Amino acid sequence: MKPFENVKSIVTPLDMVNVDTDQIIPKQFLKLVQKSGFGKFLFFNWRYDENKNIKSDFILNDSKYDGSKILVAGDNFGCGSSREHAAWALVGYGFKVIVSSFFADIFKGNALNNGLLPLQVSPTFLAVLMKSVQENPATEIEVDLENQTISLLEKSISESFEIDSYKKTCMINGYDDIDYLLSKKEMIEAFEAQRIQLK
Amino acid sequence: MGKTLFEKIWESHIVVEKQNEPDLIYIDRHLVHEVTSPQAFDGLRMNNRKVRRPDLTIATMDHNVPTTDRSLPMLDETSSIQIKTLENNCKDFGIKLFDISSPNQGIVHVIGPQLGITLPGSTIVCGDSHTSTHGAFGALALGIGTSEVEHVLASQTLWLEKPKTFEVRVEGKRKNPHAVTAKDIILSIIKNIGTAGGTGTVIEYRGEGISDLSMDQRMTICNMSIEGGARAGLIAPDEKTFDYLRNREYTPKNYESLVDSWRDDLKTDSDATFDKQFILDINDITPQVSWGTNPGMTCDVDEPIPSPDEFSDGDPNQKKGAEKALEYMDLKPGTMIEDIKIDRVFIGSCTNARLEDLIEASKIIQGQKVASTVSAMVVPGSQMVKKQAEEMGLDKIFTDANFEWREAGCSMCLGMNPDILSPGERCASTSNRNFEGRQGNGGRTHLVSPVMAAAAAINGHFVDVRKLDLN
Repeated sequence: MKPFENVKSIVTPLDMVNVDTDQIIPKQFLKLVQKSGFGKFLFFNWRYDENKNIKSDFILNDSKYDGSKILVAGDNFGCGSSREHAAWALVGYGFKVIVSSFFADIFKGNALNNGLLPLQVSPTFLAVLMKSVQENPATEIEVDLENQTISLLEKSISESFEIDSYKKTCMINGYDDIDYLLSKKEMIEAFEAQRIQLK
Repeated sequence: MGKTLFEKIWESHIVVEKQNEPDLIYIDRHLVHEVTSPQAFDGLRMNNRKVRRPDLTIATMDHNVPTTDRSLPMLDETSSIQIKTLENNCKDFGIKLFDISSPNQGIVHVIGPQLGITLPGSTIVCGDSHTSTHGAFGALALGIGTSEVEHVLASQTLWLEKPKTFEVRVEGKRKNPHAVTAKDIILSIIKNIGTAGGTGTVIEYRGEGISDLSMDQRMTICNMSIEGGARAGLIAPDEKTFDYLRNREYTPKNYESLVDSWRDDLKTDSDATFDKQFILDINDITPQVSWGTNPGMTCDVDEPIPSPDEFSDGDPNQKKGAEKALEYMDLKPGTMIEDIKIDRVFIGSCTNARLEDLIEASKIIQGQKVASTVSAMVVPGSQMVKKQAEEMGLDKIFTDANFEWREAGCSMCLGMNPDILSPGERCASTSNRNFEGRQGNGGRTHLVSPVMAAAAAINGHFVDVRKLDLN
């Protein structure tokens, strides 16, 4: 995992609630056996019609938001299937941060394990942010993970956000969990030794 | 103060506990399938790591296996590669695999309980959100992502933030338990709490309405906990649970002594409190039918489809969601559910493809024919379910009615194999998700119980099964 660096970027507004992982990465793309190459399939059924033509009314096809590293979406982002391919697709496409007022649990864990920051803001901040970037696509926001703040630069408003301190350390340093997990080997062995075996 | 069942299971699995950090939780059983595991095994290989406890890890192939004749080669090359990859990974890392030719092959959440791998009081994980199914046995069963699959393979543990507790109490008795099923209970719960109502929590389902249910029915309830956003669903084990697991292929040798301890330990104390509570009275509930593009968009079979205003109750975002859903589903507010015509019927999935589901559906089908405008299929949840059903002659009842009778797998629940809807097709489905394109790009899914799906197949449109003689 790459270390997370602070992000300053324009923002893609996906003004929809309950965006499920079946939409983020449709099932026909779950057959790859590696982690890369999913970005081009992100939101595939919303980006392309049945004949693979670009749907011009979908926000990812609006060139005004090209190059954006931040996606802002409505409540309950990432609900449904546990497919980590959703996080791989968002990262592969170039997103570093997803902003929403609420994330589904499994998606949130998957995002954090891939250096993608699921950033939960208040519904009020989300509404202001969504409106600002829809009205002015050049609007930039800045995300500072160390200080846990998100700032809407043109309006000079910001909000602090929560993140589990362990996950924050992993994100900032690009650690994956396994080395740390394996450093607990003795404790795992001790636990196993005192446990009634279910065999 | 007393403890909830969830808290007891959690505390008995803590390996490392530190302030301001997640707990390190020991995993008793790890179930693996072909879609969410290849990248995890790759990660192990790249770092020269082993699977710590292959003896606690069990694999099968279910998501993209064909449900047609298995003696024929697979046509889909990418699916075939994924299946081959799982075979190789299981061989390299010494993991027990129920492959496509095994009599134990099937949907991972159907075979776990059937084989006695799922046990009360244990922790179970799988790279699949419907792992919550196993909670019906009083196991803490969590769906995880692929990175976490790798963590569990390497260490048999996971860092987990402790979820909150949510009591869903189901009170009363259904008037017609053949017509109003466990599926209708769980859809009613999700309709009420919403698709994010359980986020961050483990639900414990309690009350007379739950203890009355059979194990197959309890699995349907726990299966859809994730559709209410919950991390897991739990039901305290009782004699039905213990009877179900007795003498299965992998039931532990010391089972009876385990049962004695489970009987004493695995229940919520009378003075325990939950962080959240919801009560559903089922005396008057009806069969449920989803009309939208998430499982919370559901109404009673005798109700009209709500308008976006009625559905959203003043929330502009929910209203927009309902408008988009109705457009996708090509439905108008005010339409009565029984007036909706369907093209396809799918009886299958980890929600509703167990023996009891097939028995109940067959009672509706017996002696009838599928409507000429409908094509219908049954995909048993496992090869073992298929065999048991065939021994009872259920396959004959279905095929005589012009249902297709298939081999076991996830099939059209998510359409990773060739079983998919065509654009615009409308399906009465016993599965768990009605998301856009879930069963095929442009396909329209209505979630219902097996009896509702069977009745829709015969009539070509939804029918209130309470009107039928089901006894």
